[in-house]
Amino acid sequence: MSFELSKEQLMIQKMARDFARKELAPLAAERDEKHLYPADSLKKMGELGLLGMLVSEKYGGEDMGTVSYALALSEIAAACASTAVIMSVHNSICCGSIEKFGTEEQKQEFLVPMTAGEIIGAFALTEPEAGSDAQAIECSAAKQGDHYLINGTKRFITSGKNGGVTILLARTKPEGSDAITAFLITPDMPGFKVDKVEDKMGQCASDTVDLVFTDCKVPVSRVLGEEGKGFTVAMSGLDAGRIGIASLSLGLAQAAMDEAVKYAKQRKQFGQPIANFQGLQWMLADMAIDIEAARLLVLNAAAMKDRGENCTMAASMAKCFASEMANRVTGHAVQIHGGYGYIKEYPVERFYRDARILTIYEGTNQIQRHVIARELLKKGK
Amino acid sequence: MNILVCVKRVPDSSENEIRLNRAGNDIDTDDLVYAVNEWDNYAVEEAIQIVDKVGGSVTVVSVGTEENEEILRREMAMGAESGVLLSDPLFEDADGRKLAAILSAYIDKNKFDLVLCGAQADEGGAQVGGMLAAMQDKPFASLVNMIEVLDEKKLKIGREIEGGSQEISEIELPCVLSIQTGINEPRYVSIRGIRKVASVEIPTLGASDIGFTDTPLRLQKLEYFQPELGAGAEMLEGSDEEMADKLVALLQAKGGIK
Repeated sequence: MSFELSKEQLMIQKMARDFARKELAPLAAERDEKHLYPADSLKKMGELGLLGMLVSEKYGGEDMGTVSYALALSEIAAACASTAVIMSVHNSICCGSIEKFGTEEQKQEFLVPMTAGEIIGAFALTEPEAGSDAQAIECSAAKQGDHYLINGTKRFITSGKNGGVTILLARTKPEGSDAITAFLITPDMPGFKVDKVEDKMGQCASDTVDLVFTDCKVPVSRVLGEEGKGFTVAMSGLDAGRIGIASLSLGLAQAAMDEAVKYAKQRKQFGQPIANFQGLQWMLADMAIDIEAARLLVLNAAAMKDRGENCTMAASMAKCFASEMANRVTGHAVQIHGGYGYIKEYPVERFYRDARILTIYEGTNQIQRHVIARELLKKGK
Repeated sequence: MNILVCVKRVPDSSENEIRLNRAGNDIDTDDLVYAVNEWDNYAVEEAIQIVDKVGGSVTVVSVGTEENEEILRREMAMGAESGVLLSDPLFEDADGRKLAAILSAYIDKNKFDLVLCGAQADEGGAQVGGMLAAMQDKPFASLVNMIEVLDEKKLKIGREIEGGSQEISEIELPCVLSIQTGINEPRYVSIRGIRKVASVEIPTLGASDIGFTDTPLRLQKLEYFQPELGAGAEMLEGSDEEMADKLVALLQAKGGIK
């Protein structure tokens, strides 16, 4: 197995890097500090085609494939992880599910403006009492004639406040494998409320909120997929979602290593740049090995997906390894910066905080290992 | 209006730490990341905007090796209609005059109403625009920061003058202009633009195709170095913050600020 990126893929990588460095990087620290949602940047990203990368052209998308998407997302993450997670949820999960399960009307109403960046998608599965155990959700949807009444609370919803459409998973039956249904929720629906906005450790420019539904009236036309097939909708975006977070991890780690290399060459102690000291050189070498290994896992999973192969195990491996790698590498980057690495003036402080969530969201790494083991044992080798 | 924009592939100063080569007469070009010269990018954007307003086409041309295809493709993804690579062993190591002569030979065989160059390149001598205009015997204006098409025969142009003054002139077409940064805000390349051009064949023309005969180099680079620090000069090192702190400390120590 070897990779040679196509001209097109290299151009997309470069274009995303150019945009991220000029538009996102200069604003990232302030957006993190003041918890400012990157609305302007997302609008520009929509114009450039970065918010419909996996959607077919028919709906305004670019249909670029997962490898290009992974490359672009990494570049965005290298400048601003908050913007990257919004991009990941929007592209991998929201656009993907609506294209796969939406009716033609739903696609025209939501997918077309989503690929243009006019509205951003959110995905509401997690609840206060249901995280990894997604089947345990309690949020309910009771059918009453031509609409459903939704009641319940969703937690830790990325873009829940600033997004324009939320894919909500709710229970339409008390139990059974066909108990969960997906809905398309818009903020104008009576009974929909954005509640607590979480004050997080990192990725602070992306909003993470509670969504509270109180007798929220949702027309039958807003069911995504069929009633009872919500779990299928939810699971369909998992592989792309995991490749998304793995790509984000990769970009963040690369940015941290670049900063560490730059600093180690500039900073002088004992009369010479600290990059001359073997102790630091070995840390830098370990970071480079870690990043390269993650890059190969991410691109391999993405290429498998593009070839139409089953990439569940590869996607989980990439997410698991890359997210842990990003924590190691950003930690090393802080260490190489010494005291300055602990100060907000240096970007590695933000990188370190931004990395921490990576092993938790989009399926904890414990769940990823469960998936990997299950796939492994299923093969019966 | 048919517009030709001359673009150069240069080491990307935001991506590279520029070091000297072993011979000490140029920069070390190993492992450099290249990009389109910033000034040229503004020129391409200006050309696209002119064509959007009055119609016509934008062609981008670059002298170099097949590696220059990358920047031609990038500028085509921005919106230039076609790209041409001028490549020949004879073109290697060209100085400004020779580059202008190569471009001039290409222009002789094609008809353009307007030729735009970047005012200068990061590592260049700001020579090509003026020399090209002279070789073509066409009107020339340098450091142009505003272009308005008056009619098919004339442009109104603004030039940036040292000290912040602005000069407005009229110039007859066909002409050559060298473009200053800030004339516009170059667009980013979009994915759709990339898809259009990623697999487009870019024609390559050699010396015989454009009727170019070699001219001897008249400017030979001898040395390339960073000057020794003179007395009373000190280069601050470190991150921006560290340098700012050191500067404040120095100014305080010398009584510059209290």
